[in-house]
Amino acid sequence: MTVEEDLVPQVDPQAVPGDTLTVLGRVPSGASRDEAVAHLAEAARLVRRRDIMMVRAAGLGHIGGEFSVIDILVTLYLHAMNMSPDQLGDPDRDRFILSKGHAAAALYTTLAMAGFLPPEQLSTFMQPLSQLNGHPARTKIAAVEASTGPLGHGLPIAVGTAFAGKLDGSSRRTFVVVGDGELQEGSNWEALMTAGNHGLDHLCVIVDRNRLQQGARVADTNDLEPLADKLAAFGMEVVEVNGHDHGALLDVFAGVPAPSGKPTAVIAHTDKGHPISFMSDNVAWHHKVPSAEQVAQALSELE
Amino acid sequence: MSTATTPAERVLHDCRDAWVSTLVELAETDDRIVAVVNDSVGSSKLGPFAERFPERLVNVGIAEQDMVGVGAGLANGGKVPFVSAAACFLTARAMEQVKIDAAYSQHHMVLVGQSPGMAYGELGPTHHSIEDLAWLRTIPGLTVIVPADPTETAQAIRWAAAHDGPVFIRVARMGVPDVVPEGYEFAPGVALTLRDGSDVTVVATGTTVVRALDAAELLAADGISARVLSMPTIKPLDEAALLAAARETGGIVTVEEALTSGLGGAVAELLVTRHPAPMRFVGVSDTFAPTGSVSWLMDHFGISASGIATAARDVLGR
Ligand SMILES: Cc1ncc(C[n+]2csc(CCOP(=O)(O)OP(=O)(O)O)c2C)c(N)n1
Ligand SMILES: [Mg+2]
Repeated sequence: MTVEEDLVPQVDPQAVPGDTLTVLGRVPSGASRDEAVAHLAEAARLVRRRDIMMVRAAGLGHIGGEFSVIDILVTLYLHAMNMSPDQLGDPDRDRFILSKGHAAAALYTTLAMAGFLPPEQLSTFMQPLSQLNGHPARTKIAAVEASTGPLGHGLPIAVGTAFAGKLDGSSRRTFVVVGDGELQEGSNWEALMTAGNHGLDHLCVIVDRNRLQQGARVADTNDLEPLADKLAAFGMEVVEVNGHDHGALLDVFAGVPAPSGKPTAVIAHTDKGHPISFMSDNVAWHHKVPSAEQVAQALSELE
Repeated sequence: MSTATTPAERVLHDCRDAWVSTLVELAETDDRIVAVVNDSVGSSKLGPFAERFPERLVNVGIAEQDMVGVGAGLANGGKVPFVSAAACFLTARAMEQVKIDAAYSQHHMVLVGQSPGMAYGELGPTHHSIEDLAWLRTIPGLTVIVPADPTETAQAIRWAAAHDGPVFIRVARMGVPDVVPEGYEFAPGVALTLRDGSDVTVVATGTTVVRALDAAELLAADGISARVLSMPTIKPLDEAALLAAARETGGIVTVEEALTSGLGGAVAELLVTRHPAPMRFVGVSDTFAPTGSVSWLMDHFGISASGIATAARDVLGR
């Protein structure tokens, strides 16, 4: 049986590499699909570089689940979602909820990349009195819709958000990312039942299907399969996609709401720790903090 | 005892090591013992148990309500389940299962709250378990244990394995020194007087006991004689020791790595009806913690030697 490393801060400020982030912002309107994909790929590369430095500096973080979800976050914030920093008060803008809140550093870095946070703020991650807590809090950051961290909260909240949009006849869409291990929480299935029965077609549930949870493989802990069939049985329009393929992701998100009138469930096939050679698909990297050498190695793989 | 050494010289222990070695030892001779977890093998340090008794480890995945319910079912089936998870999720998420499946049903099952209090520091209020003592002490028939060091943790685990009823035990992750004396034996509802004193009484529990001892040193330097009581169970309380402290000293200060409505509330409810005494409460009161490490947060909330000493001077009007 594999067991995760203990979660102990291992701060070594001497070894922290530089802390800059080049903000690319949204994919420019009018960009071709190829241009959009290139923009997203570059943004994801920069977000991963900044993220691993933040985790190293804080001595805490969940690098595996952050690297598995970054391509999804970047595609949503820089392209798919109708949401920008000057438009937060617009009731019809899209909504995003990171239910797997332990990937907070990936969310913060993506928010900075999209212009929702000043990039300098990233270096306060986990520091005393910082707004960048180890898990995102809606009382601390304007662009965060839901305070998450305990697994199994984000999807019910997203269902409520989508329900309100439906009551108001709003065009806004609600996107929520859940971990695959997280789907072991019953609250998700209660929420899916509600979403399916109420035909919340503007809801898009994205499963970060990296096949690993905290201490072991999902299949060796309490298996989810047949996941697509289960989601379909709960009334979802199910789509499977490579969760690291920006082009495939933006096509899928453009299909929400689905013509069937059902909520969309996207099974995004990902690897924890992607694309770092020594982290990818390795359960040890759930919340392990990389050494200075490992950060250097990862950065060289992200050149 | 800890006061023999300066704070810097102390060897600190993670009480999870005592928890798992005791559980493995008990399981060797009692095959009713099973562990029930929520993807928390590592965070519960259950690796050695998982290796020795793989078939007696029930990992339900990330599903705390299921976990406590399954524990109750295992108890119904004649097993002695130790349900072990981060204290925040075990209590907050599965509270109705704790109330009904464990306590109302009077099952012999042990709820083991790992990394309680603010041990998860920077991970924030979602991962802090500071409400647990206040919530759990309201549940009839549940014994609520907060061990102060590894020896007391091991003894509490042994006691719970033999006690035919529901028990909650906090297992501290934040480092603590050895505080109980040689030959000590844990019993529920029995406080330990770690230092005698006549001016004021500091009643502490768990990780705060060593801070109370340090506060007593600070107070002694000011000519204030502080009694230090370690209260290993929030439910039941040692009523006799508390009533004696209220009669014999000029005020009571409670200290906990928790909301002050845990130990503090319990002591206040006792004294206000039986022997009213001036009180001060050290702990967290009616707020969610800001971002910060556990040691930063303990100082921030005054759950420190100097914070306790200030509260003691205040209750005496000095
Ligand atoms: C209710 C709850 N139980 C347990 C945890 C501890 N925990 C944090 S992350 C994690 C594993 C999550 O696995 P998964 O959802 O697959 O996320 P990912 O693989 O993307 O990191 C666990 C058990 C938690 N945060 N919340
Ligand atoms: Mg996963």
